[in-house]
Amino acid sequence: MSTQQQEPETQEAPEDPEMKGAESPQQRRLKEKEQGLADEESVDESDLEGETVHIKVFRYDPEVEDKQEPRFDDFHVPFEKGMTVLDAVMYARDEYDSSLTFRHSCRQAVCGSDAFFVNGTQRLGCKTQISDLEQPVRIEPLPHQEVVKDLVVDMDHFYDQMHAVEPYFQQEDLPEGDLEEQRQSRENREKVKMSTRCIWCAACMSSCNIAAGDNEYLGPAAINKAYRFAMDEREDEEIKEHRLRILEQEHGVWRCQTQFSCTEVCPKDIPLTEHIQELKREAVKKNLKFW
Amino acid sequence: MSQSYNRGLIEDFGRWKEFSAGMWAWIFHKFTGWMLIGYLFTHIAVLSTAIGAAQGETVEVFAEDLPNVEGTGLTEVDIYTATLGGLEGLFIVRLLEVGLLAVAVFHILNGLRLLMVDLGIGLEAQDKSFYASLILTGIITVASVPTFMMGVGF
Ligand code: HEM
Ligand code: SF4
Ligand code: FES
Repeated sequence: MSTQQQEPETQEAPEDPEMKGAESPQQRRLKEKEQGLADEESVDESDLEGETVHIKVFRYDPEVEDKQEPRFDDFHVPFEKGMTVLDAVMYARDEYDSSLTFRHSCRQAVCGSDAFFVNGTQRLGCKTQISDLEQPVRIEPLPHQEVVKDLVVDMDHFYDQMHAVEPYFQQEDLPEGDLEEQRQSRENREKVKMSTRCIWCAACMSSCNIAAGDNEYLGPAAINKAYRFAMDEREDEEIKEHRLRILEQEHGVWRCQTQFSCTEVCPKDIPLTEHIQELKREAVKKNLKFW
Repeated sequence: MSQSYNRGLIEDFGRWKEFSAGMWAWIFHKFTGWMLIGYLFTHIAVLSTAIGAAQGETVEVFAEDLPNVEGTGLTEVDIYTATLGGLEGLFIVRLLEVGLLAVAVFHILNGLRLLMVDLGIGLEAQDKSFYASLILTGIITVASVPTFMMGVGF
């Protein structure tokens, strides 16, 4: 698809990414994602000025007679420069139908409450420009989660999985002295950096075909959360082993079939598959003994 | 909790147009893996019909019918030769052989890709390595056609 758009510099990148400040895999991924979006771009921003955007929004409400059967409602929202999917549904709610229900809070990709299924992909409403999308824009609740009302899905199961990996720092021995800090090396911080960015939006879990079929699978976000702590050198070896024991269970890391769906949709660009694969290798190393 | 709505698995395969490289690779890998298993059993079943060849069992065939039998007219050949010749003489079998090669080559190439993914090597290029597997499979399959189809149209 995008073979012609390949940046020549990616091919000339030196072996060692540390050298010459060459772009890291992360930067490359970001660039690719951007290019992917650019490919989809159907309309120029300026073309949309003064126009309306056509959005189709999934509606369902078990408590209202004629909304018990799910359907799509069409809204035509006046376009404004910089309009996001979230802006569009907010406009529709404020101006056309106050019963239109969805979660949102920060509007800046921080709180993780507005992951929707937009034109067939899990995206954050507030991080997705309307002008990047083909119209009509189909906005649905996240797949594989029970719909409570309109775009609101039940997140309980996702949160249960997140909590199952004990997503908090555990270290018994504190350093001597009241004012001592639990210091982390720069290298170690770099290692866990991306994994700390998760905003619990559940886009990844929703995109995962395995998680859809196996309700007990921890899922990419929880495994990434576990990675964040398992790789943190400040925790003791025993705690790391305890974490790996949780991860190497039947419904842990081994369920991942490297489809890369989660990595593609994560709005924070966390290399989820990479982290899951690394934990698989850690789990093997822990159990594999040659004697 | 009150009532809620489950949209089921329709999201998965009803959305195949939106699948990305990694997802396609997964589907093809499953498919080819199970095809190979299927072939393995068929292979054993078919060849077991020719087990008698070891005891010297023979059949009479028309030499012209079988590509692997020399001469003309009614000829006595061992049952293994007759079975194989009978199969190889069929256009559809030759076609299936090309298909088998394609399936096996893709499975092997993508299997190597998965191995790299398991080792954490080149994960940023996982989509490209999938496309590369596909293209290589295509090239190898096309290149094999003259060999496989010899005598049945090529
Ligand atoms: C050089 C040859 C081969 C390589 C490198 C290879 C590689 C692989 C790998 C890496 C997987 C795991 C996929 C995953 O991570 O989910 C796999 C799965 C599989 N392979 Fe192979 N394979 C080879 C030959 C074969 C052959 C000859 C057969 C059949 C007789 C076969 C049948 C299967 C099956 C049934 C699966 C499981 C598919 C599933 O997940 O349901 N493979 N192969
Ligand atoms: S890993 Fe990414 S997609 Fe998954 S919940 Fe966290 S931020 Fe969302
Ligand atoms: S509203 Fe907070 S992440 Fe979108």
